[in-house]
Amino acid sequence: MSDIKEKISKLCPVAEFEEGECLLVSVPEKDWYPLAKALKEDPELNFDVLSAVVGMDWKESLGVVYYLTSTAHNWDMLAVKVAVADRENPMIHSVQDLWHVANFQEREVYDFYGIKFINHPDMRRFFLRNDWVGYPLRKDYDDDPKLNPVRLNDEENEDDTMQLIEEADGTVTEHKKKVFEENDYVVNIGPQHPSTHGVMRFRTAVDGEVVKKVDVVSGYIHRGIEKLCESLGYPQMLHFTDRMDYMSAHQNRHCLCSCIEKAMGLEVPARAVVIRTMMDELMRISSHLLSFGCTAMDLGATTAFFYGFREREQILDIFEKTCGARMSMNYNVIGGVIADLHPDFQKDVKALLEILPSRLKEYHQVFSGNIIAKNRMVGVGMLKKEDAINYAITGPSGRGSGWSCDCRKKHPYAAYADVEFDEVLEYGCDSYSRYMVRMKEIEQSARILEQLVDNIPEGPVRAQVPKIVKLPVGRWYQQVEASRGTFGVYIESDGEKTPARVHFQSPCFNLVGVMDLCCTGYMIADLITIGAALDFVIPDIDR
Amino acid sequence: MFNFGIITNWFNNLLTGCMPDWLAVTIECVVIAVLILLTYTVLALFYILYERKLCAWFQCRLGPMRVGPWGVLQVFADMFKILVKELIDLKGTDKFLFKIAPYIVITSSVVMLACLPWGLGLQIINYNIGIFFILAVSSLGVLGILLAGWSSNNKYTLIGAMRSGAQMISYEISLGLAIITIVIFAGTMNINELVWEQANGWFIFRGHVPAIIAFIIYVIAATAETNRGPFDLPEAEHELTAGYHTEYSGIHFGFFYLAEYLNLFIVSGIASLMFLGGWMPLHVPGWDGFNAIMDYIPSIVWFVGKAFFISFVIIWFKWTFPRVRIDQLLAFEWKYLMPFALANMLLMAVFVALGWHF
Repeated sequence: MSDIKEKISKLCPVAEFEEGECLLVSVPEKDWYPLAKALKEDPELNFDVLSAVVGMDWKESLGVVYYLTSTAHNWDMLAVKVAVADRENPMIHSVQDLWHVANFQEREVYDFYGIKFINHPDMRRFFLRNDWVGYPLRKDYDDDPKLNPVRLNDEENEDDTMQLIEEADGTVTEHKKKVFEENDYVVNIGPQHPSTHGVMRFRTAVDGEVVKKVDVVSGYIHRGIEKLCESLGYPQMLHFTDRMDYMSAHQNRHCLCSCIEKAMGLEVPARAVVIRTMMDELMRISSHLLSFGCTAMDLGATTAFFYGFREREQILDIFEKTCGARMSMNYNVIGGVIADLHPDFQKDVKALLEILPSRLKEYHQVFSGNIIAKNRMVGVGMLKKEDAINYAITGPSGRGSGWSCDCRKKHPYAAYADVEFDEVLEYGCDSYSRYMVRMKEIEQSARILEQLVDNIPEGPVRAQVPKIVKLPVGRWYQQVEASRGTFGVYIESDGEKTPARVHFQSPCFNLVGVMDLCCTGYMIADLITIGAALDFVIPDIDR
Repeated sequence: MFNFGIITNWFNNLLTGCMPDWLAVTIECVVIAVLILLTYTVLALFYILYERKLCAWFQCRLGPMRVGPWGVLQVFADMFKILVKELIDLKGTDKFLFKIAPYIVITSSVVMLACLPWGLGLQIINYNIGIFFILAVSSLGVLGILLAGWSSNNKYTLIGAMRSGAQMISYEISLGLAIITIVIFAGTMNINELVWEQANGWFIFRGHVPAIIAFIIYVIAATAETNRGPFDLPEAEHELTAGYHTEYSGIHFGFFYLAEYLNLFIVSGIASLMFLGGWMPLHVPGWDGFNAIMDYIPSIVWFVGKAFFISFVIIWFKWTFPRVRIDQLLAFEWKYLMPFALANMLLMAVFVALGWHF
């Protein structure tokens, strides 16, 4: 770590360091871009993944906290804090040319904090309408409904965008641009469309059947969870996580609980740790089964869809017995889990494990091995490993490009260090590889469950937690491997019982970021295949 | 075997006996038209239930169960619902073409239905180029689909219509070639003669290798012709929401829907006519006792049974295979299916010339 400090001090003498769970560097805005370039390109630092971009309002200044990860150096993380004092017209240099994932991330920050990113090619709002007044996540945001009534008219000028270009002498000028070219034939796929897996809208320029460009329009079901969290106590805000990626409800909530526990210095009982791990893996199997079903259905094989749902039903029954709900389980709480396992839990899990291998074989017979399915998926939606890293595509989609990015292996948490399982990697970089990673991960999850199901330690399921949870002053970032990739929670606390800022770094947000890259040059039908194989869940994007 | 001609002749004599010929013919035409439309509706209702039940069984479900025993009345409820639904007029559509398109589609399918040989003596018109006529009329349907897609003024429908045009025109070639292969073997295009030719064994047995190949090509091409999975690209609901009929509502949508199901029956009926003997019972030369027993089953049961069987196979395709992509679809037709069908036609010609058949 001291090595990094020295290097950074050399590049930026005014940088301030703050030790914490990972090193935090505060740099002035003017030094940020050169530093970012060095952090990424210096072979000894090599921070090749931009894990999170968190917009911040510290009242006296606005800014961004970037979390960087170095895959080459043991997945070490580094946080960089960039603040600007100007509240009227805050500007920070864009790093989307270094890490392409920053493209949408910076648009989100612009949307909620009004920070403009210099040299960003497409500086539009991401979630809100372009006629929205104000920046909602700022602390001084005026939420008077008169300013932002429910608008019944269509959004105007949705094709307009702008770019801030920095001249050689340092002046920044605004350039108006259009998203599509004048004669583009733009087909609206979504927001109400059977195969966008939710309320997602892809404005797709097509040439005949061939896709020329995909413009992702998001925010139709954005609920402002991050803003809501700022006014709620820590135990209260847990409920939101189940409603983001509802197919990773347990993992998401696990992540938020771990982050709060880490901040409180709370030890979780051994039984709860194992229960959490098992629930995460059950959730992963259920999510991958759903993904299998939906991929099959999007490709027109409706029967395979029902087969996937048949087995998923069994998992939902297990959840129902223990958690009392089939979706939005609300099971993890700070310090453990809310209730002990149902007496049937072990029996039900064993019954599931027994049928899974034969059912997986059936899926492969009816769908994976089908010549039409293969023709539709093999070689479709190529995403090279470099691109997967650059766009921070984690989870099964990243591993389908041969990128070893499993958080359970890289930063083991819960009981993952004690169980044996393989990280599934496929090297085809196409939709079929992504699909196959999921199918094989079901087997690995089953393997984890097999090891744990008879080894659940006795004891309490919940640690003693004070009635009012207060976190010390500081910031924490916690990651878990959700069903669709690395899910991160960022909490910044002022020492109050409500957080100063909560940010959820969802994997699906990055997944839609590659839609344009993956789909360009393929056909309309492939866009659906690619979307199905990437397997994004919209509420996870629209937090 | 019961000859339905007895009934029709009796009816004809009854009418001509008490009125001038022109009136008798007019009345007969009206009666036949009503009968065809009735058959059309009943068959469509049956097919909707047939497919829903079959698909449910493939998918470990029960299908409709609530209305009537085993849900048999569900289709009537659905039909009634679709009849009372509002026909929505949309801004920006080409009103005339938009309204006429479903009628074109349904007319072509009704005319095809009228040409089928339903049983011994149950045939409306005996045409010397009957099968040729059916092929010609079947091409009309695509016109309606193209018009529907174009006149809706919607990008999804337009893409659906473009796909449909490319697909149906392409697969018609294979379909035609497969039929011509059998025409070469039979030496006639007259539907009645085609059936009688198969009295001593169906074409699929008598023509063996080339006939079986032609049958497989025909079933594939027919699946594509009827826009059914895995070739349901014109309406690919996961890509184009509903393809060419996205903007239709009420009974206008119902016409497309009915025509699609009826086309399934019609292509199955043609397959049974060309390959499986039409209404002709299964006859094995020399097995007189067996043949006599087979003759006890009414001819209409044979025809409809064979058609239902082939429909079952096509439905089975749909609920098993994923959908192909448009370029794969066209490549399959032009690169593999059509050359193969052409070669098979030559093969059949050689077989016929050399007498290598039963």
